[in-house]
Amino acid sequence: MSRPAANLHFLANPARFRRFVARVLPALWLVTAASLAGGLWLALVTAPVDYQQGHTVRIMFVHVPSAWLSMAGYALLAGLGASLLVWRHPLAALMARAAAPVGACFAAICLLTGSLWGKPMWGAWWVWDARLTSMLLLFFLYLGHIALTRAYDNPDRGDRAAAILALVGVVNVPVIKFSVDWWHTLHQPASVVKIGGPTIHPTILWPLLAMAAALLLLFVALVLMRTDSEIDRRRLELAERPS
Amino acid sequence: MSRFLALIARDLRLVWRRPGDLGMVLAFFAIACVLFPLGIGPETNLLQRIAGGVLWCAALFAALLSLDRLFLADFEDGALDLLLAAPFPLEMAAVAKCVAHWLTTGLPLALLAPLLGVAFDLDGAGIAALCLGLLLGTPTLSLIGALAAALTLGARRGGALMALLALPLCVPTLIFGAGAVEAATTGEGLATHLGLLAALALMALATVPWAIAAALRQAGE
Repeated sequence: MSRPAANLHFLANPARFRRFVARVLPALWLVTAASLAGGLWLALVTAPVDYQQGHTVRIMFVHVPSAWLSMAGYALLAGLGASLLVWRHPLAALMARAAAPVGACFAAICLLTGSLWGKPMWGAWWVWDARLTSMLLLFFLYLGHIALTRAYDNPDRGDRAAAILALVGVVNVPVIKFSVDWWHTLHQPASVVKIGGPTIHPTILWPLLAMAAALLLLFVALVLMRTDSEIDRRRLELAERPS
Repeated sequence: MSRFLALIARDLRLVWRRPGDLGMVLAFFAIACVLFPLGIGPETNLLQRIAGGVLWCAALFAALLSLDRLFLADFEDGALDLLLAAPFPLEMAAVAKCVAHWLTTGLPLALLAPLLGVAFDLDGAGIAALCLGLLLGTPTLSLIGALAAALTLGARRGGALMALLALPLCVPTLIFGAGAVEAATTGEGLATHLGLLAALALMALATVPWAIAAALRQAGE
Protein backbone atom coordinates (compact mmCIF):
# COMPACT_ATOMS: atom_id res chain seq x y z
CA MET A 1 0.00 0.00 0.00
CA SER A 2 1.34 3.41 -0.89
CA ARG A 3 2.16 5.90 1.81
CA PRO A 4 -0.66 8.49 1.29
CA ALA A 5 -3.29 5.77 1.30
CA ALA A 6 -1.82 4.41 4.51
CA ASN A 7 -2.06 7.89 6.00
CA LEU A 8 -5.65 8.23 4.92
CA HIS A 9 -6.71 4.93 6.43
CA PHE A 10 -4.66 4.88 9.61
CA LEU A 11 -7.60 5.97 11.76
CA ALA A 12 -9.93 3.31 10.40
CA ASN A 13 -8.70 0.82 12.97
CA PRO A 14 -10.78 1.35 16.15
CA ALA A 15 -7.91 0.52 18.53
CA ARG A 16 -5.59 3.01 16.83
CA PHE A 17 -8.41 5.55 16.76
CA ARG A 18 -8.87 5.19 20.52
CA ARG A 19 -5.17 5.74 21.17
CA PHE A 20 -5.26 8.79 18.88
CA VAL A 21 -8.34 10.21 20.63
CA ALA A 22 -6.91 9.60 24.10
CA ARG A 23 -3.83 11.60 23.14
CA VAL A 24 -5.54 14.41 21.23
CA LEU A 25 -8.83 14.98 22.99
CA PRO A 26 -7.63 16.67 26.26
CA ALA A 27 -5.56 19.19 24.29
CA LEU A 28 -8.45 19.69 21.86
CA TRP A 29 -10.84 20.48 24.71
CA LEU A 30 -8.39 23.08 26.07
CA VAL A 31 -8.02 24.75 22.67
CA THR A 32 -11.79 24.63 22.17
CA ALA A 33 -12.48 26.28 25.52
CA ALA A 34 -9.87 28.98 24.89
CA SER A 35 -11.09 29.78 21.38
CA LEU A 36 -14.73 29.73 22.49
CA ALA A 37 -13.89 32.23 25.22
CA GLY A 38 -11.95 34.39 22.75
CA GLY A 39 -14.65 34.16 20.10
CA LEU A 40 -17.42 35.05 22.56
CA TRP A 41 -15.39 38.00 23.85
CA LEU A 42 -14.91 39.27 20.31
CA ALA A 43 -18.55 38.69 19.43
CA LEU A 44 -20.21 40.00 22.59
CA VAL A 45 -17.81 42.76 23.67
CA THR A 46 -15.63 44.14 20.88
CA ALA A 47 -17.93 43.76 17.87
CA PRO A 48 -19.69 47.07 17.13
CA VAL A 49 -23.41 47.49 17.65
CA ASP A 50 -25.37 47.58 14.40
CA TYR A 51 -26.93 50.99 13.74
CA GLN A 52 -30.28 49.45 12.78
CA GLN A 53 -30.43 46.22 14.74
CA GLY A 54 -28.73 47.20 18.00
CA HIS A 55 -27.44 44.40 20.18
CA THR A 56 -29.62 41.75 18.51
CA VAL A 57 -27.05 41.61 15.71
CA ARG A 58 -24.86 39.62 18.11
CA ILE A 59 -27.19 36.63 17.68
CA MET A 60 -25.61 36.31 14.24
CA PHE A 61 -22.29 35.19 15.75
CA VAL A 62 -23.92 31.98 16.98
CA HIS A 63 -26.63 31.69 14.33
CA VAL A 64 -24.50 31.79 11.18
CA PRO A 65 -21.72 29.40 12.33
CA SER A 66 -24.40 26.94 13.51
CA ALA A 67 -25.95 27.01 10.06
CA TRP A 68 -22.56 26.41 8.44
CA LEU A 69 -21.74 23.56 10.83
CA SER A 70 -25.09 21.86 10.45
CA MET A 71 -24.60 21.85 6.66
CA ALA A 72 -20.98 20.70 6.95
CA GLY A 73 -22.12 18.04 9.41
CA TYR A 74 -24.53 16.60 6.88
CA ALA A 75 -21.77 16.56 4.26
CA LEU A 76 -19.65 14.70 6.84
CA LEU A 77 -22.46 12.15 7.29
CA ALA A 78 -22.55 11.64 3.52
CA GLY A 79 -18.76 11.23 3.40
CA LEU A 80 -18.88 8.72 6.25
CA GLY A 81 -21.74 6.94 4.51
CA ALA A 82 -19.73 6.63 1.31
CA SER A 83 -16.75 5.40 3.30
CA LEU A 84 -18.94 2.77 4.99
CA LEU A 85 -20.59 1.58 1.77
CA VAL A 86 -17.45 1.59 -0.38
CA TRP A 87 -14.66 0.54 1.99
CA ARG A 88 -16.79 -0.93 4.81
CA HIS A 89 -14.84 1.02 7.43
CA PRO A 90 -16.30 -0.11 10.75
CA LEU A 91 -15.40 3.22 12.33
CA ALA A 92 -17.32 5.26 9.72
CA ALA A 93 -20.62 3.77 10.92
CA LEU A 94 -19.83 4.55 14.56
CA MET A 95 -18.72 8.07 13.73
CA ALA A 96 -21.89 8.72 11.68
CA ARG A 97 -23.92 7.48 14.65
CA ALA A 98 -21.99 9.90 16.87
CA ALA A 99 -22.04 12.88 14.49
CA ALA A 100 -25.73 12.92 13.49
CA PRO A 101 -27.13 14.12 16.86
CA VAL A 102 -24.39 16.78 17.10
CA GLY A 103 -25.28 18.08 13.64
CA ALA A 104 -28.98 17.98 14.50
CA CYS A 105 -28.26 20.05 17.63
CA PHE A 106 -26.45 22.69 15.56
CA ALA A 107 -29.41 22.79 13.13
CA ALA A 108 -31.75 23.21 16.12
CA ILE A 109 -29.55 25.99 17.56
CA CYS A 110 -29.59 27.70 14.17
CA LEU A 111 -33.40 27.50 13.99
CA LEU A 112 -33.88 28.68 17.59
CA THR A 113 -31.46 31.61 17.37
CA GLY A 114 -32.96 32.50 13.98
CA SER A 115 -36.38 32.55 15.57
CA LEU A 116 -35.13 34.77 18.43
CA TRP A 117 -33.50 37.08 15.90
CA GLY A 118 -36.52 37.12 13.59
CA LYS A 119 -38.94 38.33 16.26
CA PRO A 120 -37.38 41.80 16.74
CA MET A 121 -36.23 42.12 13.11
CA TRP A 122 -39.17 40.81 11.06
CA GLY A 123 -41.81 40.97 13.80
CA ALA A 124 -42.46 37.22 13.63
CA TRP A 125 -40.97 34.15 15.29
CA TRP A 126 -41.10 32.28 12.04
CA VAL A 127 -41.54 33.22 8.39
CA TRP A 128 -41.93 30.74 5.55
CA ASP A 129 -38.84 31.88 3.76
CA ALA A 130 -36.96 29.52 1.49
CA ARG A 131 -33.84 29.44 3.62
CA LEU A 132 -35.57 28.89 6.95
CA THR A 133 -37.65 26.16 5.41
CA SER A 134 -34.67 24.36 3.96
CA MET A 135 -32.87 24.54 7.32
CA LEU A 136 -35.96 23.00 8.93
CA LEU A 137 -35.89 20.29 6.26
CA LEU A 138 -32.20 19.67 6.99
CA PHE A 139 -33.18 19.22 10.64
CA PHE A 140 -35.79 16.65 9.58
CA LEU A 141 -33.20 14.90 7.39
CA TYR A 142 -31.00 14.63 10.48
CA LEU A 143 -33.93 13.25 12.49
CA GLY A 144 -34.61 10.67 9.75
CA HIS A 145 -30.94 9.64 9.79
CA ILE A 146 -30.90 9.33 13.60
CA ALA A 147 -34.18 7.38 13.63
CA LEU A 148 -33.05 5.06 10.84
CA THR A 149 -29.73 4.15 12.51
CA ARG A 150 -31.64 3.13 15.63
CA ALA A 151 -34.62 1.41 13.95
CA TYR A 152 -33.12 -2.06 13.54
CA ASP A 153 -32.36 -4.81 16.01
CA ASN A 154 -29.20 -5.46 14.01
CA PRO A 155 -27.23 -2.18 14.25
CA ASP A 156 -25.24 -2.91 11.07
CA ARG A 157 -28.42 -2.75 8.97
CA GLY A 158 -29.38 0.59 10.45
CA ASP A 159 -25.90 1.96 9.80
CA ARG A 160 -25.92 0.94 6.15
CA ALA A 161 -29.49 2.12 5.51
CA ALA A 162 -28.65 5.48 7.08
CA ALA A 163 -25.50 5.71 4.96
CA ILE A 164 -27.60 5.38 1.80
CA LEU A 165 -30.05 7.95 3.15
CA ALA A 166 -27.22 10.41 3.90
CA LEU A 167 -25.88 10.08 0.35
CA VAL A 168 -29.33 10.74 -1.11
CA GLY A 169 -30.08 13.54 1.34
CA VAL A 170 -26.83 15.39 0.75
CA VAL A 171 -28.44 16.67 -2.46
CA ASN A 172 -30.42 18.89 -0.10
CA VAL A 173 -27.37 20.71 1.27
CA PRO A 174 -26.53 22.65 -1.94
CA VAL A 175 -30.24 23.38 -2.33
CA ILE A 176 -30.06 25.23 1.00
CA LYS A 177 -27.03 27.21 -0.11
CA PHE A 178 -28.49 28.22 -3.46
CA SER A 179 -32.11 28.55 -2.38
CA VAL A 180 -31.24 32.11 -1.35
CA ASP A 181 -30.50 32.96 -4.95
CA TRP A 182 -33.31 30.79 -6.37
CA TRP A 183 -36.26 31.95 -4.34
CA HIS A 184 -34.82 35.17 -2.86
CA THR A 185 -37.53 36.28 -0.52
CA LEU A 186 -37.35 37.75 2.96
CA HIS A 187 -33.97 36.46 4.03
CA GLN A 188 -30.96 38.55 3.14
CA PRO A 189 -28.85 37.15 0.29
CA ALA A 190 -25.57 35.41 1.06
CA SER A 191 -22.97 38.02 1.94
CA VAL A 192 -19.87 36.16 3.14
CA VAL A 193 -19.19 33.55 0.48
CA LYS A 194 -19.79 35.13 -2.88
CA ILE A 195 -18.00 36.15 -6.02
CA GLY A 196 -16.14 39.45 -5.64
CA GLY A 197 -15.18 39.01 -1.98
CA PRO A 198 -17.18 39.44 1.23
CA THR A 199 -19.46 42.47 1.48
CA ILE A 200 -19.61 42.21 5.27
CA HIS A 201 -17.57 44.76 7.23
CA PRO A 202 -14.27 43.43 8.75
CA THR A 203 -15.23 44.50 12.29
CA ILE A 204 -18.12 42.03 12.07
CA LEU A 205 -16.37 39.46 9.87
CA TRP A 206 -13.48 38.69 12.24
CA PRO A 207 -15.63 37.90 15.30
CA LEU A 208 -17.84 35.80 13.02
CA LEU A 209 -14.89 33.79 11.75
CA ALA A 210 -13.51 33.40 15.28
CA MET A 211 -16.85 32.06 16.51
CA ALA A 212 -17.05 29.76 13.48
CA ALA A 213 -13.58 28.37 14.25
CA ALA A 214 -14.44 27.90 17.94
CA LEU A 215 -17.72 26.12 17.18
CA LEU A 216 -15.98 23.97 14.56
CA LEU A 217 -13.47 22.87 17.22
CA LEU A 218 -16.38 22.14 19.56
CA PHE A 219 -18.05 20.09 16.82
CA VAL A 220 -14.89 18.05 16.20
CA ALA A 221 -14.26 17.48 19.91
CA LEU A 222 -17.85 16.36 20.51
CA VAL A 223 -17.82 13.99 17.53
CA LEU A 224 -14.49 12.42 18.59
CA MET A 225 -15.68 11.99 22.16
CA ARG A 226 -19.02 10.52 21.12
CA THR A 227 -17.35 8.17 18.60
CA ASP A 228 -15.12 6.93 21.38
CA SER A 229 -18.11 6.14 23.55
CA GLU A 230 -19.93 4.55 20.60
CA ILE A 231 -17.01 2.10 20.37
CA ASP A 232 -17.54 1.29 24.05
CA ARG A 233 -21.25 0.86 23.53
CA ARG A 234 -20.77 -1.47 20.55
CA ARG A 235 -18.29 -3.59 22.51
CA LEU A 236 -20.76 -3.85 25.39
CA GLU A 237 -23.53 -4.91 23.00
CA LEU A 238 -21.27 -7.55 21.46
CA ALA A 239 -20.30 -8.81 24.91
CA GLU A 240 -23.92 -9.00 26.06
CA ARG A 241 -25.24 -10.68 22.93
CA PRO A 242 -26.13 -14.32 23.70
CA SER A 243 -23.93 -16.50 21.50
CA MET B 1 -36.78 -5.87 -21.63
CA SER B 2 -39.24 -8.76 -21.53
CA ARG B 3 -38.21 -9.47 -17.92
CA PHE B 4 -38.74 -5.82 -17.08
CA LEU B 5 -42.25 -5.97 -18.55
CA ALA B 6 -42.92 -9.32 -16.87
CA LEU B 7 -42.06 -7.79 -13.50
CA ILE B 8 -44.42 -4.86 -14.12
CA ALA B 9 -47.15 -7.23 -15.31
CA ARG B 10 -46.72 -9.35 -12.18
CA ASP B 11 -47.13 -6.35 -9.88
CA LEU B 12 -50.13 -5.12 -11.86
CA ARG B 13 -51.72 -8.57 -11.60
CA LEU B 14 -51.16 -8.59 -7.86
CA VAL B 15 -52.92 -5.23 -7.54
CA TRP B 16 -55.68 -6.33 -9.93
CA ARG B 17 -56.47 -9.33 -7.76
CA ARG B 18 -56.75 -7.19 -4.65
CA PRO B 19 -58.41 -4.02 -5.98
CA GLY B 20 -59.33 -3.00 -2.43
CA ASP B 21 -55.81 -1.64 -1.84
CA LEU B 22 -56.09 0.77 -4.75
CA GLY B 23 -59.63 1.72 -3.76
CA MET B 24 -58.45 2.50 -0.25
CA VAL B 25 -55.72 4.85 -1.52
CA LEU B 26 -58.18 6.73 -3.74
CA ALA B 27 -60.75 6.87 -0.95
CA PHE B 28 -58.09 8.26 1.40
CA PHE B 29 -57.20 10.91 -1.18
CA ALA B 30 -60.84 11.94 -1.55
CA ILE B 31 -61.66 12.00 2.17
CA ALA B 32 -58.45 13.91 3.02
CA CYS B 33 -59.42 16.59 0.46
CA VAL B 34 -63.00 16.73 1.73
CA LEU B 35 -61.80 17.35 5.30
CA PHE B 36 -60.19 20.67 4.38
CA PRO B 37 -63.40 22.53 3.43
CA LEU B 38 -65.00 21.07 6.55
CA GLY B 39 -62.14 22.33 8.69
CA ILE B 40 -61.65 25.71 7.01
CA GLY B 41 -65.18 26.65 5.96
CA PRO B 42 -67.05 26.66 2.66
CA GLU B 43 -65.79 30.03 1.36
CA THR B 44 -65.26 29.50 -2.37
CA ASN B 45 -62.56 32.13 -2.83
CA LEU B 46 -60.40 30.76 -0.04
CA LEU B 47 -60.86 27.15 -1.17
CA GLN B 48 -59.98 28.08 -4.74
CA ARG B 49 -56.76 29.70 -3.54
CA ILE B 50 -55.58 26.78 -1.38
CA ALA B 51 -56.83 24.05 -3.75
CA GLY B 52 -53.45 23.38 -5.37
CA GLY B 53 -51.61 22.94 -2.10
CA VAL B 54 -54.34 20.89 -0.44
CA LEU B 55 -54.80 18.51 -3.37
CA TRP B 56 -51.04 18.05 -3.76
CA CYS B 57 -50.48 17.37 -0.05
CA ALA B 58 -53.36 14.89 -0.01
CA ALA B 59 -51.97 13.15 -3.11
CA LEU B 60 -48.54 12.99 -1.47
CA PHE B 61 -49.95 11.38 1.68
CA ALA B 62 -52.08 8.98 -0.37
CA ALA B 63 -49.05 7.91 -2.43
CA LEU B 64 -47.08 7.40 0.78
CA LEU B 65 -49.88 5.34 2.30
CA SER B 66 -49.67 2.81 -0.52
CA LEU B 67 -45.93 2.26 -0.19
CA ASP B 68 -45.65 0.06 2.87
CA ARG B 69 -46.58 -3.07 0.90
CA LEU B 70 -44.33 -2.24 -2.07
CA PHE B 71 -41.36 -4.37 -1.01
CA LEU B 72 -42.65 -5.82 2.26
CA ALA B 73 -44.76 -8.54 0.62
CA ASP B 74 -41.79 -9.61 -1.54
CA PHE B 75 -39.51 -9.45 1.49
CA GLU B 76 -41.77 -11.69 3.52
CA ASP B 77 -42.59 -14.34 0.89
CA GLY B 78 -39.04 -14.63 -0.43
CA ALA B 79 -39.63 -13.06 -3.86
CA LEU B 80 -37.06 -10.40 -2.99
CA ASP B 81 -34.38 -13.08 -2.49
CA LEU B 82 -35.19 -14.40 -5.96
CA LEU B 83 -34.89 -10.90 -7.42
CA LEU B 84 -31.53 -10.48 -5.68
CA ALA B 85 -30.27 -13.78 -7.06
CA ALA B 86 -31.78 -13.36 -10.54
CA PRO B 87 -29.45 -12.57 -13.48
CA PHE B 88 -31.23 -9.24 -13.93
CA PRO B 89 -29.96 -5.86 -12.72
CA LEU B 90 -31.60 -5.04 -9.42
CA GLU B 91 -31.70 -1.37 -10.47
CA MET B 92 -33.99 -2.31 -13.38
CA ALA B 93 -36.13 -4.41 -11.06
CA ALA B 94 -36.43 -1.35 -8.79
CA VAL B 95 -37.51 0.80 -11.76
CA ALA B 96 -40.05 -1.86 -12.74
CA LYS B 97 -41.51 -1.87 -9.21
CA CYS B 98 -41.72 1.93 -9.32
CA VAL B 99 -43.41 1.92 -12.74
CA ALA B 100 -45.97 -0.57 -11.47
CA HIS B 101 -46.50 1.51 -8.34
CA TRP B 102 -46.97 4.65 -10.41
CA LEU B 103 -49.47 2.93 -12.75
CA THR B 104 -51.52 1.78 -9.77
CA THR B 105 -51.21 4.92 -7.60
CA GLY B 106 -49.88 8.04 -9.31
CA LEU B 107 -51.92 7.64 -12.48
CA PRO B 108 -55.27 6.96 -10.71
CA LEU B 109 -54.58 9.88 -8.34
CA ALA B 110 -53.90 12.20 -11.28
CA LEU B 111 -57.12 11.03 -12.96
CA LEU B 112 -59.21 11.45 -9.80
CA ALA B 113 -57.74 14.88 -8.97
CA PRO B 114 -59.76 16.87 -11.59
CA LEU B 115 -63.01 15.75 -9.94
CA LEU B 116 -61.81 17.03 -6.59
CA GLY B 117 -60.48 20.15 -8.32
CA VAL B 118 -64.02 20.89 -9.49
CA ALA B 119 -65.21 20.54 -5.91
CA PHE B 120 -62.65 23.21 -4.93
CA ASP B 121 -63.99 25.44 -7.73
CA LEU B 122 -60.77 25.44 -9.76
CA ASP B 123 -61.16 26.79 -13.29
CA GLY B 124 -60.24 24.84 -16.42
CA ALA B 125 -56.64 26.04 -16.53
CA GLY B 126 -56.14 25.19 -12.86
CA ILE B 127 -57.54 21.69 -13.32
CA ALA B 128 -55.33 21.10 -16.35
CA ALA B 129 -52.29 22.29 -14.39
CA LEU B 130 -53.23 20.03 -11.46
CA CYS B 131 -53.66 16.99 -13.68
CA LEU B 132 -50.49 17.59 -15.74
CA GLY B 133 -48.49 18.41 -12.62
CA LEU B 134 -49.59 15.21 -10.91
CA LEU B 135 -48.76 13.19 -14.02
CA LEU B 136 -45.24 14.65 -14.07
CA GLY B 137 -44.73 14.78 -10.31
CA THR B 138 -46.07 11.47 -9.03
CA PRO B 139 -43.27 9.41 -10.69
CA THR B 140 -40.82 11.29 -8.43
CA LEU B 141 -43.01 10.52 -5.42
CA SER B 142 -43.09 6.82 -6.40
CA LEU B 143 -39.28 6.69 -6.71
CA ILE B 144 -38.55 8.53 -3.45
CA GLY B 145 -41.26 6.59 -1.65
CA ALA B 146 -39.85 3.30 -2.95
CA LEU B 147 -36.45 4.31 -1.59
CA ALA B 148 -37.95 5.06 1.82
CA ALA B 149 -39.81 1.73 1.71
CA ALA B 150 -36.61 -0.14 0.79
CA LEU B 151 -34.61 1.59 3.53
CA THR B 152 -37.17 0.76 6.23
CA LEU B 153 -37.69 -2.87 5.18
CA GLY B 154 -37.91 -4.84 8.41
CA ALA B 155 -37.42 -1.81 10.67
CA ARG B 156 -39.33 -1.22 13.87
CA ARG B 157 -42.23 1.25 13.37
CA GLY B 158 -41.52 1.20 9.63
CA GLY B 159 -44.57 3.20 8.57
CA ALA B 160 -43.92 6.37 10.58
CA LEU B 161 -40.20 6.18 9.85
CA MET B 162 -40.94 5.87 6.12
CA ALA B 163 -42.93 9.11 6.22
CA LEU B 164 -40.13 10.88 8.11
CA LEU B 165 -37.59 9.79 5.48
CA ALA B 166 -39.68 10.41 2.36
CA LEU B 167 -41.51 13.66 3.12
CA PRO B 168 -38.50 16.04 3.31
CA LEU B 169 -37.20 14.67 0.01
CA CYS B 170 -40.61 15.16 -1.63
CA VAL B 171 -40.75 18.87 -0.81
CA PRO B 172 -39.39 20.23 -4.13
CA THR B 173 -42.00 18.25 -6.07
CA LEU B 174 -44.74 19.55 -3.79
CA ILE B 175 -43.55 23.16 -4.16
CA PHE B 176 -43.46 23.12 -7.94
CA GLY B 177 -46.63 21.02 -8.27
CA ALA B 178 -48.69 23.34 -6.10
CA GLY B 179 -46.94 26.29 -7.73
CA ALA B 180 -48.10 25.11 -11.16
CA VAL B 181 -51.75 25.17 -10.04
CA GLU B 182 -51.35 28.64 -8.57
CA ALA B 183 -49.54 29.92 -11.67
CA ALA B 184 -52.37 28.58 -13.85
CA THR B 185 -55.15 30.16 -11.78
CA THR B 186 -53.39 33.56 -11.66
CA GLY B 187 -52.81 33.44 -15.43
CA GLU B 188 -49.02 33.04 -15.42
CA GLY B 189 -47.36 30.50 -17.67
CA LEU B 190 -47.13 26.91 -16.48
CA ALA B 191 -44.11 25.94 -18.53
CA THR B 192 -41.52 26.74 -15.83
CA HIS B 193 -43.23 24.73 -13.10
CA LEU B 194 -44.02 21.77 -15.31
CA GLY B 195 -40.49 21.84 -16.72
CA LEU B 196 -39.03 21.78 -13.21
CA LEU B 197 -41.35 18.92 -12.22
CA ALA B 198 -40.19 16.96 -15.27
CA ALA B 199 -36.57 17.76 -14.42
CA LEU B 200 -37.04 16.51 -10.86
CA ALA B 201 -38.64 13.33 -12.18
CA LEU B 202 -35.79 12.70 -14.61
CA MET B 203 -33.18 13.41 -11.94
CA ALA B 204 -34.91 10.99 -9.57
CA LEU B 205 -35.15 8.36 -12.33
CA ALA B 206 -31.42 8.71 -13.05
CA THR B 207 -30.23 8.48 -9.42
CA VAL B 208 -32.78 6.92 -7.06
CA PRO B 209 -32.92 3.37 -8.59
CA TRP B 210 -29.26 2.84 -7.61
CA ALA B 211 -30.02 3.84 -4.05
CA ILE B 212 -33.11 1.58 -3.98
CA ALA B 213 -31.04 -1.35 -5.27
CA ALA B 214 -28.33 -0.70 -2.65
CA ALA B 215 -30.98 -0.57 0.08
CA LEU B 216 -32.58 -3.81 -1.14
CA ARG B 217 -29.18 -5.56 -1.24
CA GLN B 218 -28.38 -4.66 2.34
CA ALA B 219 -31.91 -5.71 3.38
CA GLY B 220 -31.42 -9.09 1.71
CA GLU B 221 -28.06 -9.80 3.32
